[in-house]
This record gives sequence, C-alpha cells and structure tokens, in this order.
Amino acid sequence: MSTTTEATIQELAAQKYKYGFTTDILMEEFPKGLSADIVRLISAKKSEPEWLLEWRLKAYEAWLKMEEPEWARIHHPPIDYDALYYYAAPAKAVPKSLDEVDPELLKTYEKLGIPLNERAALAGVAVDAVFDSVSVATTFRDTLAKAGVIFCSISEAVKEHPELVRKYIGSVVPAGDNYFAALNSAVFSDGSFVFIPKGVKCPMELSTYFRINARNTGQFERTLIIAEEGASVSYLEGCTAPMRDENQLHAAVVELVALDDAKIKYSTVQNWYPGDSEGKGGIYNFVTKRGACRGKNSKISWTQVETGSAITWKYPSCILQGEGSVGEFYSVAVTNHFQQADTGTKMIHIGKNTSSTIISKGISAGKSNNTYRGLVKIMPGASGARNFTQCDSLLIGDQCGAHTVPYIENRNSSAKVEHEATTSKIAEDQLFYCRSRGLSEEDAVSLIVNGFCKDVLKELPMEFAVEAQKLLAVSLEGSVG
Amino acid sequence: MLEIKNLHARIGDAEILKGVTLTIPDGEIHAIMGPNGAGKSTLSYVLSGRDGYEVTEGEVLFNGENILEMEPEDRAAAGMLLAFQYPVELPGVGNANFLRTSLNAIRRKRGEEELDAVAFLKLARAAVKQLAMKEDFLKRNVNVGFSGGEKKRNEMLQMAILKPHLAILDETDSGLDIDALKIVAEGVNTLRDEKFSALVITHYQRLLDHIVPDVVHVLAGGKIVRSGPASLALELEASGYAGLEAA
Repeated sequence: MSTTTEATIQELAAQKYKYGFTTDILMEEFPKGLSADIVRLISAKKSEPEWLLEWRLKAYEAWLKMEEPEWARIHHPPIDYDALYYYAAPAKAVPKSLDEVDPELLKTYEKLGIPLNERAALAGVAVDAVFDSVSVATTFRDTLAKAGVIFCSISEAVKEHPELVRKYIGSVVPAGDNYFAALNSAVFSDGSFVFIPKGVKCPMELSTYFRINARNTGQFERTLIIAEEGASVSYLEGCTAPMRDENQLHAAVVELVALDDAKIKYSTVQNWYPGDSEGKGGIYNFVTKRGACRGKNSKISWTQVETGSAITWKYPSCILQGEGSVGEFYSVAVTNHFQQADTGTKMIHIGKNTSSTIISKGISAGKSNNTYRGLVKIMPGASGARNFTQCDSLLIGDQCGAHTVPYIENRNSSAKVEHEATTSKIAEDQLFYCRSRGLSEEDAVSLIVNGFCKDVLKELPMEFAVEAQKLLAVSLEGSVG
Repeated sequence: MLEIKNLHARIGDAEILKGVTLTIPDGEIHAIMGPNGAGKSTLSYVLSGRDGYEVTEGEVLFNGENILEMEPEDRAAAGMLLAFQYPVELPGVGNANFLRTSLNAIRRKRGEEELDAVAFLKLARAAVKQLAMKEDFLKRNVNVGFSGGEKKRNEMLQMAILKPHLAILDETDSGLDIDALKIVAEGVNTLRDEKFSALVITHYQRLLDHIVPDVVHVLAGGKIVRSGPASLALELEASGYAGLEAA
C-alpha cells in the first residue's frame, strides 16, 4: 500500500511503547506462589484487622474451587499461579509525606509524565501512585480533606476508616464473584479509596496511576469509590508497565457505589505494555469493574480507552437499582499486532425507569482480535427501562478480527432496548482522499480513527482527551503499509 | 507547468492509457472530454498517485519534477490537487479540522509555518463566504450527509484554502444542478491567474460555458485524439464522440 520502507516501520515499532523502562530499586518480595500462608503474610504485612484476613481467606478458599473462565474469545498458555510473586513493594518504609518518597520513584513517575510534586502537578488533578503492590504517594490530600473528601490508598483506608471499608468492600463485587475477582480478593495488596460525603462535589479530578515494575509479579489492586447522597466525582486511572518478554498478570477489582442523586464518572486510559510486534510479552489484563447505582437518580459512567495489554478481559458494568438511575459505558478498544481484547459491559436494570447507554468502538489492526461482549438485562421490576447500544468495529488490514457478541435479556414488556452495530474497514479511498490533501498515511489513519472514536473521546476529561488521541495514533503506528 | 509525455498506464492486465501526451503551461486551463471508458478518470488518478495504477511507459513532469516517483501527499505539497468525482466521507472528522490538518501538513512539507486555530478560522470563514456556503459547513463532518452539490462545493472549499498551482477536476460537474455548477466554476475562476493552471475533466460541454478553457483535448481509446480551442467542445456537443476513436 505504501512505499514506507521496512526500516521506518521498525523504527516506529521500536519507539512505540515509550513507557517500557524499568526502575532499579530495592524491592521487598514475598516468596513465589500462592497459599493460605501467603494470604496471611500479605494481611499481616499490612497489619490488617482480623475480619479482613477472614474475608481474604474465604476468597482464597473459593478461588481454589473455581476454574479460569473459558468463554471469552482469548487464547493464552495456562498461567502458572505458583510461579508468580503476589507481593512486591519498594523496600523502604511507606513514606508519610511526599518529601519522604524515594527520589527514584519520583523520577519514575516524572518520566511517565505524572509529576508527584504538587507544584509541578497537573493543575486540578490529585494523584494516587501505585507502584507494583503498594501506593507510594497520594497528592493534594490536604486540599481534598478540607472539602471532606477522602482520597488515599486502600491500605490506609483499612486503618483510618475501617467502618467504611468494611461496609462497602465486596458489596458490589463479592469475593467469590468470578475467578479473577476471587484471586484479587485473596491477595489484593493496595489500590485507591475514595469517599465523597453527602452533597459534596469533589473539587478536583482524582486519578490513580498504576505502574507494574517488578519481574514475575502480579498486580492485584482494588479500588473502592463511594459517593454519598448528592455527591459527585470524576476519577481517572492510567496504567503502564516495562517491556518484558514474559507475560505478567494484572487482576484488579473496582467497586463503585452511588447513593441517591450521586454521580461517579470513572475513566480509564489503559496502556499496559501490549507485547512486541511478534506477540511476545505483555500484560494479561483480567479485570472486574462494577458500579452499583443504589440510590434514586444516581449515575455511573464508565469511559475507557484501552490500547495496551497483550490480553484484555474486562466488562465494566452497572447495576441500576435505584429508581431513575443511569448507567453509561463509552469504550474505545484498540488492538494491534497480536493483541487480544474481549471487552464490553453489563447493564442490569432493576429499578423503575432506569436507563443505560452503551457506545463501543473497537479498532483492530495487525493480526489482532477484538471482541465486544455485552449484556443488557431488564429485570421484571424495571418498568420503563431503556437501553441504547451502539457497537462499531473498524478493521485496518485484512488479517485482524472484530466480533460483536451482544446478549439481551428482557423480562419487562414496557422496556425499550435498541441495538445498533456496524463493521467497517478504513477504505482505501478514505486514505487516498486524505493523502491527496497532503496528509501522510500514518496521519490519515490517525485522523480517521479519531473520527471513528469521537463519540467516546468527548466523554473523557479534557486534560486526558488529547493524551488519548495521541495514544491512539501511537498504538496504530505501523498498522498500514 | 505540467508535461505529460507518452504516458502508458494499466490496471491489472488492462492497458487504459496508451500514450497520452499533453502540456499545460502555467496560467492555462485545459479541458479533457471524451466518451465513457476513454481513460479520463484513470488519467486523473495516475496524476495524483492513487494505488492500483501501473505506469508502464512515459513520464509526467510538474514544474520540471518527475511526479510519478512521488507519494500522493508529496504531490499535494508540490501544489497539485485532485477534486474528486465522488468525494469521500470521513465520519467523525470535522471539516475545519480536516482542512487545517491538510493545510498545515502541506505547509510543513514546504517548510512554511503552520497556521494556528485562530488564523486558520479567519481564512476558512473568508473562503466559506466567498463560495456562498453556510458557516456550519466547517463544523460538519467531512462530506457526511452532504448532498451531491454540497460535496462538490466542499471540494471547491478545499481548493480555495489549499490554493493549488494545478487543480485536476475529475468530472466535478457530474450530478450537479445549474446553481451548483456555477459555484464550482466560480471556485475555479477565482483562482485563475498567471501561475494557476487546471485540468478539467468532463463528459459534457455545459461546465465549459462557465469555466472557459484555453484548450480542449479529446481523450478516446487511451490517447489524445484531437485538441483545439474552446469551440471544439461545442462542436463535440453537436456531433458526439462517434468515430473519434478511429481517428
């Protein structure tokens, strides 16, 4: 298609993943493998209360009896769960303030474009930085505390706000919900905790930045966000990892709870290392995310831009319990080379007049496979429920696959469910049209893809929309020609 | 100056152009007419560098440079612009964004400074006004949901903003009503000066009432079989293309 030389393509592929460096820092790791003792060690390391240890052990017992799900359109060699480290953390004691954070870590986050120094930080965004198994820093805590907002690592929350954690943890994603959620519940080591009290609009964007650094380590973080009556918050997570030849497991759980009139907007820019162009290495991103709209007129909105990971298995969902509650799912999933993504959402309508919107844009290039899998379930009591689903797939080249697997279960005759799906290719005439107007082939692809994703990108917080656009372009470099 | 010398081109096994020779000096507008299947669109695509056309013989020089070796985007930067017979839709891509991206890509290649959003918008608004278009044209997605006439007008808007040295209009008049036809003609005529040249490919004479060419060529069977002044178009309109291929 183009005369772009081999060398240029290789060059592009090489510079493609700019977050692939490693940080050389003394780590504390527990012995390899998983057992009840490792679960106890993790709990003890964090001086957790007895109830949490019990909860973890129950999850571990449940996990032992479960089997890895096989229904998704993904393929990988069996994971040896005994070959993984379940806990890895920088050896130095957890810092009490930003001034005490290891300079190596500060440098790492700076290199990632996430300065933890509050003066240098992105204005209006508070960051919780999670490095392998632990949170290493949380910025703007004082500013947030003045507004009554709690934003800290979940380990701290267990210590400082045990009643809140105990009340809500596992209430949306039960410990034994699924294989990976059970694994996470047994061994989760850190993550973020957000609590927005009644009537408070969180004064700044909250964000967690996850970084996997250590070799052979699984990352199991757990995020819990609670918005009380009338509260609102916008939260964003970002993820990167070094380039390594082996696959690494990331099995997170995210739980959101929205009470009456509360609003939670949860955005993800997932850029875990996707493996190289031959399909070697990369993160297995097996994640359970679910939000409960418990209160009347509450709203939970998931926006995700998924460009990284060798395999993505993830279905951010909404349980629409409160009357008039609203669930939204906006997704862009890009796969290139040998990446596999099986992602979508579940919208469970329980309350009256609940509504949900699903906009999914899948882009496949190279030899990758991209599946949208979604469930819209209307329970008998959900009179007047409405759903609108739109799934569009875009193919680049002729060796990739796009699949759409919608499930609709409607048990209430007054409900309205709409589903639209399209599959298209970047047409040769579109590329030629752009090139005849002076755009390079790469720029033309980027322009067309960004146009295709516009409905989703506009849902991202402003600061990140531009980043996401660039990320899309980088992810697809070398996909034509 | 565009010089096409003994150009042969094929699609797959079919030879479509069989030795086209044609020179368009700066400042001149040449029309190419001819029956269906004569190779008119193939000529425009070969000139603008579309994939799938193999040049087997001959050369094309634009201001002395061999353009057949150049990528389509480099031909655009050199000052060529093809107005499409069927302009392509780009869903989700705003017209203003597309125009600005194009203009800046071309300016970058030429080593000129890029235009910022404010300067660009000023330029674009003026062009929209000049072409008697509604301003929301800039906000709409490129050609999506445009009527046939609007799509052709959009091609003219691109021309007004990108200001090519050589415009190739591939049956830009097809499917246009008389008002739209006048606007297309106006788009070309406003660019007319001693530096600008154009190759107007058309099936019908009526466009040439509005864009009066300096020379009319007849393309038939993959070759230029006749050339003459603007009046040749009228003659063809009366007598048809029959018999020309044998000439």
